[in-house]
Amino acid sequence: MKRALLEALGRHDLLTEVQLVETGCMGPCELGPVLLVYPEGTFYVRVRPEDAAEIVSEHFLKGRPVRRLLWTEGAPQPQEIPFFARQKKLVLRNCGTIDPAKIEEYIATDGYVALGKALTEMTPEAVIAEMKRSGLRGRGGAGFPTGTKWALVRGAAGDEKYVIGNADEGDPGAFMDRAILEGDPHSVLEGMAIAAYAVGASRGYIYVRAEYPLAVKRLEVALAQARKLGVLGSRIFETEFSFDIELRMGAGAFVCGEETALIASIEGLRGEPRPRPPYPATHGLWGKPTLINNVETFATVRRIVLDGAEAFATIGTEKSKGTKVFALAGKVRNTGLVEVPMGITLRELVFDIGGGVPAGREFKAVQIGGPSGGCLPASLLDVPVDYDSLSTHGAIMGSGGVIVLDDAACMVNVARFFLEFTADESCGRCVPCRVGTQMMLGILNRIVQGDGTEDDLARLAEIGEMVKSASLCGLGQTAPNPVLSTLRYFPDEYRAHIHDRSCPAGVCPNLVRYRVIAEACRGCDACRRACPTGAAQGVAGKPPYRIADDLCIWCGACFDACPFDAVTRLPRQTGKR
Amino acid sequence: MTKDTLAARYPRSAETLLSLLHDLQRANPGNHLTPEDLALAASHVGVPTSLVHDAVTFYSMFSLTPRGRHIVRLCESPNCHLAGAWSALDELRRLLDVGVGETTPDGEFTLELTSCLGACGVAPVMMVDDEVVGNLTPDRVRETLARYREGR
Repeated sequence: MKRALLEALGRHDLLTEVQLVETGCMGPCELGPVLLVYPEGTFYVRVRPEDAAEIVSEHFLKGRPVRRLLWTEGAPQPQEIPFFARQKKLVLRNCGTIDPAKIEEYIATDGYVALGKALTEMTPEAVIAEMKRSGLRGRGGAGFPTGTKWALVRGAAGDEKYVIGNADEGDPGAFMDRAILEGDPHSVLEGMAIAAYAVGASRGYIYVRAEYPLAVKRLEVALAQARKLGVLGSRIFETEFSFDIELRMGAGAFVCGEETALIASIEGLRGEPRPRPPYPATHGLWGKPTLINNVETFATVRRIVLDGAEAFATIGTEKSKGTKVFALAGKVRNTGLVEVPMGITLRELVFDIGGGVPAGREFKAVQIGGPSGGCLPASLLDVPVDYDSLSTHGAIMGSGGVIVLDDAACMVNVARFFLEFTADESCGRCVPCRVGTQMMLGILNRIVQGDGTEDDLARLAEIGEMVKSASLCGLGQTAPNPVLSTLRYFPDEYRAHIHDRSCPAGVCPNLVRYRVIAEACRGCDACRRACPTGAAQGVAGKPPYRIADDLCIWCGACFDACPFDAVTRLPRQTGKR
Repeated sequence: MTKDTLAARYPRSAETLLSLLHDLQRANPGNHLTPEDLALAASHVGVPTSLVHDAVTFYSMFSLTPRGRHIVRLCESPNCHLAGAWSALDELRRLLDVGVGETTPDGEFTLELTSCLGACGVAPVMMVDDEVVGNLTPDRVRETLARYREGR
C-alpha cells in the first residue's frame, strides 16, 4: 500500500506536497489497513494498493474524499464515528498520529516537557505527591497505587536503585503495550525517567518479550535518539540528574510478566517468581530497591505531570482514576484497541464502542482481564469497568484484554481453554498452582467428555479457592477465575454437561449430535470415508448424506472431514450416550 | 563473526546472559544452542554452566537440539483459536509434512506453537523468524512458506 501510494504521488508530482508517515496503531484493527489524511482528518478504511491512484487523483488533486473508502459514508472524520467519539485518549493520543521513529515528532507533542518540568520545577517529593493525588493505579493488572509504590522505593534504604519498565506483555488478547511501544516509545522512556528522578534511581531497564521484534527495534531507535538529544544520559537538562535505560529481551515465558520472575530473568536466571515480601520496592534487582511499573502506567505519567493531578483525577471513578486501554476481541464488530475513561459500563464498551455482536448471534458473556480474568454474563453488562467493581463480580481488570463471546461459545469449554493455558504456563515452583491447576483441568476434561459428576462442581470450587489463596504469585492467585466465574454465572451449562450429557452450545464433540445440512451437502463422500463406524451414510454424487445416531460414537471425524461445512453439531437431546 | 567476538560485545555480567544466548543461538545454522555455547556463555558472564543450562531449559525460545533455518510459530492463544488457527495449523502440517516441534527433513523449517503475539486484531497470526503474518488462511500460509522457500 505504501509503495502504491508513493508511486501514485510520484506520478502526479506530489511527493513534496504530501508527506506519507508510517504511524503506530490507530485502533480499529479489523478495518485495516487504515489511512488518516490531515489536515482535515479524513479516515479511510480497508484501503488496497489499487485504491492508491484514486485517493491521489480524487482527494489530493481535486479535494474530494473517496466516499466508498470512508468507514461510514458522510462521516469522514474520526471524531464523528462512535468508535472514536466515545473514547478518551490520554495514553494512545500519539499512536497513529506521529512517526514513532522520529523524536522530533514526539517533542512536537510536548514530548519531554514533563521531564523538564519535573527536573527543573519540582522536587522528587513533589512529583510523588502529584502521582498520589492523581490516583493513578498500576495498569499491569493488580492496580496498586502508583504514587504509593514510588514513595516506598524512594523511602527504601540504599544508594543504588533501579527502575524497570515491564513490557513483557503476555496475556493472550492484550496488545496495548505493544501498540504503545511501537507507536509512541518515547512516552514510556519519559515516564521512566520521571519515575527515576522521583525515586532516586540512575539506571533503568526495559524488559520486552522476544515475541515483539518490532517493539524492540522501535525502542532501540528511541533510546539512541533520546541519548543523542540528552534527555537520557548524564546531567539531563543540565541538572544533577543522570539516568539511562537498557533494553532486555525475554525468551518466551509467560510468568516473566510477574515482577519478581521478571527480575530473576534480568539477572540471567530461570524466570521463576520469588515469595513476597520482601517486595521489589526494598529487595528487587540484585537485591536493591527497585521500582517496577507496566508500560501503560509509565506512558500515563507525563500526562499527569503536564496536565496536573487534578485534571487527571476528574476522569474515572472514585477509586479508579484516569483512562484504561482495552483490547477488544472475539465476537464483536469493531475489534481493536480502545482507550476509555474508567467507570464506563461493559455495555458501552461492548455495544457502543465495539458495535455489539455481529448479526445473527446473541451476546453471551464477556471474558475480561486476560486468561486469568472472569466471564461476566449479560445480566452484568451495566457493571462499571473499574478495578473494584470487576473484582467484586469475579473478574479482574488484568491487563485489559476483553474477549466477547456469543451464544455459540460453550462456557465450560471456554473455562477449560483458559485454565489449560495457565496450567501450561505455571512455572511449577509452588504446589497449589502446579498441582491445583492440573487437578482442576482434569475435572474439566472429564466434564467436557461427558464423564463429570455433580460432586465435581463442589470440588472445582474448593480447589479453585485453595489455588487462589495459597499460590505464590499472581499467576496462580488468579488462574481459577475463569472456572469460578463460569461456575457462578453459568451453572446450568455445567449441569447440562454432567446430567444431560449435552453441550447446550453444541461445541464439546462428545456431547453433541451430528447432523448433515441437506442444502449444503454436495454428496462428496468425504464424511462416509472418514467415519470409522459407518454412521455417516450416503451415495457419492447423491446428496444429502445422513448420520445414524445409533452408530455414531461422536468422534467428530465427519465434522472435520466435510469441506463444505455441511456437518453441524447440535446439542444432544437425550441423556443417553 | 566468531562467537568469542560476539560475546565480547556484552559486559561480563549475568544480566546480559539472555541477550547473549539469543545471539549465540542465531549464529548457529540450526537455530539452537550447543554445549560449547553454554560453556562460552557461562565463562563470559561468570556463572557455572549448570546455571546457564538451568536458564536455557526454562525459556521456550531456546533449543538444545538443532532446528530449521526458519522457525514458524503459530499463535495458539484464544483469539487466534476462535479465528480459526487450526485450519492454518492443518495447512502448515500438510505443507511441511511435520508435526508441531518437528523440523522438515531439508532443514528449512521448524514448526512451533507460541503464546499470544499481540496481533489479535488480525488473528489468526503466525510468526516466521521475525516477521508477523496475520489474517491467516490456508492460501496465505502457502504463499508465505513459498516466499521463504525462495529465500525472499
